[in-house]
Amino acid sequence: MKMVEAIVKPFKLDEVKEALTKAGIQGMTVEEVKGFGRQKGHTELYRGAEYSVDFLPKVRIQILVPDEKAAKVVGVITESAKTGKIGDGKIFVSPVEEVIRIRTGEKGEDAI
Amino acid sequence: MNHAKNLLAFASLTVALGIFLVMSASYAQEAPAAADPAKAQATAPAVAAPAAPAPKLPAYFTGANEDPAKPLWPDATGAATGTWATPAGDGKGDVPDQLKSSDLYDRIAHNLYSINYVWVLIAGFLVMFMQAGFMLVETGLCRAKNAAHTSAMNFLVYPLGCLAFWVYGFAIGWGNWFNGPVPPGWYASLGPGLAALNEGLGLGAAVDAAGKLTGVFSYGLMGTKGFFLGSAVNDVGVLALFFFMMVFMDTTATIPTGAMAERWAWKNFVLFGLWVALPYCLYANWVWGGGFLAQGGINWGLGHGAVDFAGSGVVHAMGGVIALAGAMVLGPRIGKYDSQGRPKAIPCHNVPMVVLGTFILAFGWFGFNPGSTLSGTDLRISFVVVNTMLAGIMGALGAYVALAIKGMKPDPTMLCNGMLAGLVAITAPCAFVDPWAAAVIGTIAGLIVVYSVFFWERLGIDDPVGAISVHGVNGVWGLLCVGIFANGAYGAGWNGVVRDGMVKLYGSDGVRGLLYGDLSQFVMQALNAGVVIVFGFVMAYAWFKISDLITPIRVSKEVEIEGLDMAEVGIPGYTDMPEAEKNLGYGTAMQKSA
Repeated sequence: MKMVEAIVKPFKLDEVKEALTKAGIQGMTVEEVKGFGRQKGHTELYRGAEYSVDFLPKVRIQILVPDEKAAKVVGVITESAKTGKIGDGKIFVSPVEEVIRIRTGEKGEDAI
Repeated sequence: MNHAKNLLAFASLTVALGIFLVMSASYAQEAPAAADPAKAQATAPAVAAPAAPAPKLPAYFTGANEDPAKPLWPDATGAATGTWATPAGDGKGDVPDQLKSSDLYDRIAHNLYSINYVWVLIAGFLVMFMQAGFMLVETGLCRAKNAAHTSAMNFLVYPLGCLAFWVYGFAIGWGNWFNGPVPPGWYASLGPGLAALNEGLGLGAAVDAAGKLTGVFSYGLMGTKGFFLGSAVNDVGVLALFFFMMVFMDTTATIPTGAMAERWAWKNFVLFGLWVALPYCLYANWVWGGGFLAQGGINWGLGHGAVDFAGSGVVHAMGGVIALAGAMVLGPRIGKYDSQGRPKAIPCHNVPMVVLGTFILAFGWFGFNPGSTLSGTDLRISFVVVNTMLAGIMGALGAYVALAIKGMKPDPTMLCNGMLAGLVAITAPCAFVDPWAAAVIGTIAGLIVVYSVFFWERLGIDDPVGAISVHGVNGVWGLLCVGIFANGAYGAGWNGVVRDGMVKLYGSDGVRGLLYGDLSQFVMQALNAGVVIVFGFVMAYAWFKISDLITPIRVSKEVEIEGLDMAEVGIPGYTDMPEAEKNLGYGTAMQKSA
């Protein structure tokens, strides 16, 4: 099993969710996060003076998938979250040792 | 493209100003012909009156206590001020056929006073509500982590200021109100009971035949009657004046809480709330309470003396100057300047609060300015209202233009500052100028406020809400505007000045600025502005330095970074807001804290 974590622009969340649902993904976890990458935030003007916004708002999506689906999910997210502009985000894929469904006690891929 | 737009806006504004100036010149020439002959006639017989045998006048004209056993004044119930019309079906009340014309006049006089009282009180209610406007503007303009503290300061300054005003402020400011110079034939719009306010200190004291002080001074310095509103001043008119002047003072008291927000220690603020009535009421005495600045026309021949209709100087410049001294003593907020001393923005946390507060203030100003006639029977109130409105809206638009010239977006917090700046500037001249002049005054105020905010910021003075620029700088601008734009139509005999030369030239001696032929009024206004700046600043700077020794003026670095809410008032402004968000301005923009 693989954990796919995608950090995307907040306004792209709906598109990504719909694309994933279409691709047969049945569940995901989403949270609002802040951070910066190579773009290093940006500056804004307020009452004539500049201030820097160091941490930009993003959305982190976590999806748990069987190994064979990971590449497809990554492809769907890449396509649906892309604007082509700086700050589109990143996707991390990592192995998952074990999954347990709390209600039934099922384990492994059955619990996804 | 954007730059071209800015140029266009600037060019059209310049053209508009040019047209206004040309119009002003033509008005200036028409003014003598348009002068009100009725007013001239009204003053003439009054001057001649002492020569003829004095006619018997009702007590509400003379304020006389003919029967010492049953004194009419001070009048604690209002019963002595004319006669309450009592229609009665049983024949015991007024029977119209049996009333003499003097009886009718008694009832008319009572109604006249009633209208004045109701007007002054309702206007005062509106001014009191401005406290809510100040709370919203100042709290909205600071960060969420200081919201409870800032709003609490705006709240408690009302009880603290009112207490101080009742204990000593009113007595200092208005205790010698009857020393105020007035033209012949003048009467107090709130009744003769105000004559009870007749004890004070000053230079050039007049004495009566028995050698006792009469309360009349050539140069009044302060009043001394009415501490705790003692029974000697228990008069319906005095209490109406007390209420109206009290809510005005609280406007001044709440201005520094904005400039000093987000770092001012609570206990030091409480001391300030009890102290602020002192400088305010002293200066108010000099302009409004029969003091030497109001007497400047009589003593020094400078126009009508200091003319400040509703308090650009007394209320706003004083508040702004205290705010300046406070912000200087406190120093800037942590994070306001980077290591090279360049100003950085600390964004506010709630723009809709700022806008709502501005609307409430603009609404309250419709009490502030027209209420300052102290008379609902003075029909000039409609001019005052329209001038107030025009200056306010042009202030907002002026700020918009200034931002556009600088290539900035129309930051709503600056537009709000612009509207308030226009309102502050029109406060002194509102009764004396034409509507076009009100629009010009407001436009310039809106331009000034934007540049002024940047100016103070570059100087290293951190004012989170722009109070110094809105109230201080534009308060001074408003004072000068009387000396520039006043057209002579209103205020004949103001501060007791009736100059024969002016009456001959224009038909009456109204308040007149330099565009309309009285340069001396402008000189007096500039002098008055100098007094409020120097006196207010010195008093406030000394106070903040001294009070810092009693209890520290500034919170610790830890408390300031953490937010003043929990440490100072024990409750967060927003209990369900995540910790990380409280340090922020606009929702998602995270701020470097140092």
